[in-house]
Amino acid sequence: MIKGRTTIRCILLMACLLMAGNLLASSEKTYRIGLTAVILTDQTSFLKEWQDYLSNSLQRPVQFIQRQTYEEVTDLLLGGDLDAAWICGFPYVRNREQLKLLAVPLFNGEPLYRSYLIVPTTDSVSQGIVDLKGKVFAYSDPNSNSGFLYPQVSMIREGLEPKHFFSKTFFAWAHRDVVKAVADGVAQGGAVDGYVWETLSRHEPALTAGTRLVSKSPLFGFPPLVVRRDISPANFSALRNALLKMASVTEGRRLLQRLNLDGFTEGEDSLYDGVAESVRILEDAQ
Amino acid sequence: MKMGDISYRIKVPLMFTLVILITASVVTLALTWRAYEELREEVFNNAVEIGSVLSNSLPNAMLHDDLWGAYRLVQAAEGWSGETSSRLLVVLDKDGRIYVSNRPKELAVTTPLRAHGAELARVEAEVLRLTGDLRPRPYEYPNDQRLYVILPMLSDGVAMGTLVIGYDRALFWPRFIAIVERVVVSALLVTVLLLPFGWYLGNRMVKPLGHLANCMSKVGRGSNEEITCDLRQGKDEIGRLGTSFQQMLGELDEKERLESGMLASERLAAVGRLAAGVAHEINNPLGGMLNALNTFRRYSETDALGRETFDLIERGLQQIRETVSALLVEANPRSHSLSPKDVNDVRMLLLADVSRKQIRLDWRNCLEGDVALPSTPIRQVLINLSLNAVQASPEGGAVHCLVENRENRLCLSVVNEGPNISREQKLSLFEPFSENATGNGLGLWVTYQLVHQLEGNIEVKSRGGRTQFVVELPIKET
Repeated sequence: MIKGRTTIRCILLMACLLMAGNLLASSEKTYRIGLTAVILTDQTSFLKEWQDYLSNSLQRPVQFIQRQTYEEVTDLLLGGDLDAAWICGFPYVRNREQLKLLAVPLFNGEPLYRSYLIVPTTDSVSQGIVDLKGKVFAYSDPNSNSGFLYPQVSMIREGLEPKHFFSKTFFAWAHRDVVKAVADGVAQGGAVDGYVWETLSRHEPALTAGTRLVSKSPLFGFPPLVVRRDISPANFSALRNALLKMASVTEGRRLLQRLNLDGFTEGEDSLYDGVAESVRILEDAQ
Repeated sequence: MKMGDISYRIKVPLMFTLVILITASVVTLALTWRAYEELREEVFNNAVEIGSVLSNSLPNAMLHDDLWGAYRLVQAAEGWSGETSSRLLVVLDKDGRIYVSNRPKELAVTTPLRAHGAELARVEAEVLRLTGDLRPRPYEYPNDQRLYVILPMLSDGVAMGTLVIGYDRALFWPRFIAIVERVVVSALLVTVLLLPFGWYLGNRMVKPLGHLANCMSKVGRGSNEEITCDLRQGKDEIGRLGTSFQQMLGELDEKERLESGMLASERLAAVGRLAAGVAHEINNPLGGMLNALNTFRRYSETDALGRETFDLIERGLQQIRETVSALLVEANPRSHSLSPKDVNDVRMLLLADVSRKQIRLDWRNCLEGDVALPSTPIRQVLINLSLNAVQASPEGGAVHCLVENRENRLCLSVVNEGPNISREQKLSLFEPFSENATGNGLGLWVTYQLVHQLEGNIEVKSRGGRTQFVVELPIKET
C-alpha cells in the first residue's frame, strides 16, 4: 500500500516536473489559474471555451490547472506555481497574510452564497443537523467553508461534538459528489455549496431531485479568485480587468450564464468576516 | 374409460408420445442442470475478475477510510459488465458491517449485514465463519434470491474487509427458458414425425389381434369347421398365437367330433340291441305262425276265398320276416376272403345306374391280392355306399371310389358331389328308418352294423359340395 502511494507520488511529481518544464519555457507568457470544486469543474468543454476567452482577452495564453483538493490548489498558489486561483473563502481567510482578492463572483447579483444542508428525499423527517445524530454525513472538502467549516461550526454552536455526532463522515472532495452521495443514499446528510446545488438543479435536475434541502446557512462571501500579494501590479490589473469585463461582453455573458453567475466584482475583504468568525470558533473548539 | 378399453391403435402412438415426453423431460433436466453449473462457474469467474480489478484500489480506499472513493470503485465495478440491476456488490469491514454497497439506499453504510434479512444474515455468518480463508469462495443457499461470491480484500496479504458479490438467480431464468423452449420444440417435432409411424405400428400390431378376436368370438356359436382364421403363423408372439389358435380349433373340432361320434355309436348300439331283441321276439312267434299256416293249407280243404286270404296272410308274414331279418344284420364270417375280383363285381353292378345318370365313375381298386376279411359283408358295404353315392350324385356328376390296403387296414372311400348332409341329418344318419333316409332307410344301418361287427369304423365328411364316406376295417392276420 505504501508502495502504491509512493508510486502515485512519483508519477505526480514527474507530471509536475514535466508541466513545470513546459511552464518555464513560456513562463512570461502564460497565466496559470487554479480551479477547485467551488464551481462545477467537470465541464471540460466549457472550461476550454472560458480558457480561450481569457487568452483572447488578456492577449496571453491562459491555462486552467485543476487539483482534487482545495489544499493542493492553495499550496500550488502559495508555492508560486499559479498566478491566481479560485478557492474557497476558508483557505483564503487562513492565508490572508499571503493572499489578496482578485475578484469575487456575483451570484444572484450579490457576491454572496450560502451553505445548504441536504438529506435524501426519502428522509422527510429531519429539520436540521441536530436530527442527523448517528447518521452517515458527507462533507465536501476539509478546506471548504460551506461543505465543512459551516456545518462544524453550527454543530459547535448547538453544543454538539462534531467528531462523535455522526456515526461516520467522509469527504466527497466535490460539492457535486456530496449531492450524489446524498441522492444515492451513501450518506444520510451532506453539506453543500448552495450555489453549486442551485446550479446543479438547473443542469442536472435528476440529481438534485434525489435530495431535499433542509436548511440554509446565513450568507457568506462567495468563494473568491485570489492571487499572491507579491503579484506584479500589471498582471493583477490585467487579470482583474479581464474578469470584470466579462459581464459587459456578449461572449463573456454567455460564459457567465453557463457558470450560473452574473459577473465579477472587485470585492471587499470584509465579505469574509463571517468565514473568519467561523474559523475562530472552530479553532477555539479544538 | 379405463386404460384397458382403449384400442392399441391409440395406445401405441400415445406410448410413443409418452416416451418422447419422458425423454425430453430428462434431457431438459440434464441440460438445465448443466446450464446452471456453467452459469455458476461463469458467475464465480466474473466475481473473481471483478475482485481482481478491485483488489488494488478497494483495500487502499478502506485503509484510508475513503468511503466516497470506495463507493465510486464499487459503482464502477457494477457498471463494468453492463447488467447493473442484477448484481449486488457489498463491501464489508472486518466486523461484518457494510462499509459501502452499490445499493446504499437498501444497504445503508455502517449497518450490519445481518440487519437486512435472513438471507444476508447467512452471508454475513459465512463471511465471519471463514475470516482466515483468504481465497475467493462461492456461497449459495437453497431458495435464496441470489448466489454469492465472497472475496476477501487484501492489503499486503492482510484482509482489510470483504467484497461480497451477489448474483440474482432470476438472471438464470432466460437461459433455462431458452433451453426448455428448444427441447420442447424438438420434442414436438419428433412427436409429429413419429406419430404416423406409431399409428402404423399400432395398426400393424393390432390387425392380427383384432382378426383373432373376431375369430374367437365365432367359436362356440356354430360349427368350428366354418371358422376360417388366416392368422400369420410364425415364431414371434403373434405367430405363436395364430398357431395355438389353429391348434385349439382343431382340438375343439376333434373333441366335438369324438363326442358326437360316441353319442351316435351309443345310440346306435342301443338301437341295435333293441332291434335285435324285438326281431328275436317277433321271429319266434312268426316262425310258429308261418308253420301253422303252412300245415293248415296243406291238410285242409278251403274255398277260393279262404286260399286267397291265407295267401295274403302268408305274404304279409313273409314281409315281416324279411324286414326283421334285415334288422338282424349278421356278417357271415364263413364267406371266402375278399379278392380284387369281388370289388370289380360291385363296379359291374353299378354300371347300369351310372350310365343312366351319365355319372363319371372314378373307380380305383388298389388291392393286389386277397385280403383276410370276409368278402360278403364287405361287398354289401361297398354296394350300399356306392349305390347311395350314385343316387345322391347329380346328373353328370362324379363318384370316386377307392379301395386300398393300408398298413393292415382295409380302407374304402366313396365320394359323391351331391348336396351336403346337414349337421342334423348327420346325427341320425346311420339309424334305421330315419326320417331323411331314401329307400327303406336300412341301407346305412346295415352298413354301420356290418362295419361294427367287423370291428371297423365308418366316418362321414360332408363339406363344400363333397360328401365322403370312409370305412376302415382292421385286417386280422390269422
